[in-house]
Amino acid sequence: MSGQGEALTSSSYIQHHLTNLTWSVDGGWNAHDAGFWTFHVDSLLVAVGLGVLFLWLFRSVAKHSTVGVPGKLQCFIEMVIDFVDENVKDTFHGKNALIAPLALTIFVWVFLMNLMDLVPVDLLPHAAQAIGVPYLKVVPTTDLNVTLGMSLSVFALIIYYTVKVKGFGGFVKELTMQPFNHWAFIPVNFLLESVTLLAKPVSLGLRLFGNLYAGELIFILIALLGYWQLPLYFPWAVFHILIIVLQAFIFMMLTIVYMSMAHEDH
Amino acid sequence: MNINATLIGQAIAFAIFVWFCMKYVWPPLLDAIEARQKKIADGLTQAERAGKDLELAQAKAAEKLKEAKAQAAEIIDQANKRRTQIVEEAKNEAEIERSKIVAQGEAEVEAERNRAREELRQQVAVLAIAGAEKIIKRTIDKEANSDIIDKLVAEL
Repeated sequence: MSGQGEALTSSSYIQHHLTNLTWSVDGGWNAHDAGFWTFHVDSLLVAVGLGVLFLWLFRSVAKHSTVGVPGKLQCFIEMVIDFVDENVKDTFHGKNALIAPLALTIFVWVFLMNLMDLVPVDLLPHAAQAIGVPYLKVVPTTDLNVTLGMSLSVFALIIYYTVKVKGFGGFVKELTMQPFNHWAFIPVNFLLESVTLLAKPVSLGLRLFGNLYAGELIFILIALLGYWQLPLYFPWAVFHILIIVLQAFIFMMLTIVYMSMAHEDH
Repeated sequence: MNINATLIGQAIAFAIFVWFCMKYVWPPLLDAIEARQKKIADGLTQAERAGKDLELAQAKAAEKLKEAKAQAAEIIDQANKRRTQIVEEAKNEAEIERSKIVAQGEAEVEAERNRAREELRQQVAVLAIAGAEKIIKRTIDKEANSDIIDKLVAEL
């Protein structure tokens, strides 16, 4: 729906749905081209809110967790924990207390952020407009900053653990002496390996962003169809449930794999 | 869609969430799961052992029962024997007592009879003497004698 009295066209409708609520250090609210120090307030608020929801839920279960007969909620939470733990144990063979909680946080948090995609596209933006907020993009994972923020954090962990486990020399060696173990190939190796290394966070972030952005865009396009959206919305939502879980799982799994690669020698 | 400081905000939030999860969420939940797994495993082994124990106890109980039954049969047998023995003894004793009593009775009767006979004999003797005396007197008085003899006869 158009804000500020513009005529309602398809492109403006889509444009409006894809615009973030921003606040920048220089230009204040919703300034155009406000430079790097701009925050997507909606993405951050929803993401942090969902993260807090996740941690509050799990923490409250953890606080009252019993070794005896668990309640239904505890059973569910433990199923998630067990699922993540199994995946971590299958892939990551070192000893690191961070990996499993990291994987759990990624899986549940990304899943919850993806889940916002199933909220009807007009519901929350309309509600926001009713209380005077001009733009609201409710799915944080359709924001490239959010997905790259997470994947770059994972990238930082990859480098940190590579250096920690193999030493700085080992890290440099990994970049320069593979795949051709000869001094003459060092430049070629470095080129290949640095691309491989940099491709990890970029692909990780872009994959999640691309899937969810496309999904959200299709929801918006379906919403443009008038009454025809009713038979179309449902199958796409059902299909999207798969994507939502799958993308969360892939993000988690790849993180575990990268971490495992950082810990092990080839 | 441009890269901006949202990325940094998200990264910071991510770091805080992971830290919180690692500190307060993951360990207690996993500990609970592992403790329960251990408990269940222990419970299963214990149940298995208890089953074996039960089987053993049942066998033992059956054996004991058999033993007790045999013992009871033996006791009953013994009791039966003892009963016949006692009855036999009592019969014998009674027999002896009876014969004793009978013998005593017979002896008493014999003694009584002897005594009576003796008495009778004495009395007859006395009477004979008295009769003889009277007869002697009658020889003097025939009439009177016959009278006496009549009387004596009547007395006898």
